[in-house]
Amino acid sequence: MTVDWLNFTPWSSLAGGALIGLAASLFAVGNGRIAGISGLIGSLLQRGGEGVSEKALFLLGLLVAPLLWGLFAALPAIEFQSGGLGLIVAGVLVGVGTRYGSGCTSGHGVCGLSRLSPRSMVATVCFMASGFLTVFVLRHLLGV
Amino acid sequence: MLKVTAFIAGLLFGLGLLLAGMANPSKVLAFLDLAGAWDPSLALVMGGAIAVAIGPLTWARRHARSLLGAPMQFPAKREWTGA
Repeated sequence: MTVDWLNFTPWSSLAGGALIGLAASLFAVGNGRIAGISGLIGSLLQRGGEGVSEKALFLLGLLVAPLLWGLFAALPAIEFQSGGLGLIVAGVLVGVGTRYGSGCTSGHGVCGLSRLSPRSMVATVCFMASGFLTVFVLRHLLGV
Repeated sequence: MLKVTAFIAGLLFGLGLLLAGMANPSKVLAFLDLAGAWDPSLALVMGGAIAVAIGPLTWARRHARSLLGAPMQFPAKREWTGA
């Protein structure tokens, strides 16, 4: 294993993580809700859900963040490593997986681990492991 | 007030993702590429988030209502068996 020291950003990632933790804390302590992005989007797509305005406003805040950032600094680069078809397939897999697994990196990885939920620990270990495996197979075995 | 805190929480979450570098799919992939040039940044994002959130979420887990009086809408299921 070789660490990519050139691109490793310990301090900004730690600070960004702390902000995410603060956001999850505010949503939990203030609104009584879990800041799980896949769950919030999923429940907005269901009819007759509760708390629609709060969930929509959280997601709106998420979308406004890059606009606000852009007023003060240049937005960080976004590099995709696959084309449109790859992104669609990946998006569908993420959608099915997060529904089936009841959460994603934010709901299970941040909120679930923070409230010491065993279910979230299993989910986080599983999606991380399958991410490591998928990248290994695609990049190093198939050379995609 | 619940609407204001919901919006601010989303905004902070988004700013955190940007600052952490996690809006860039390549950086997330670099974390998942253990056999390549590995970028451990994502581990620090999760570590930083959990370090901040563990106290407040523990508080939330033990209360039936939020500070603003909203009912706690936490998942009842904590175990992975017996779905």
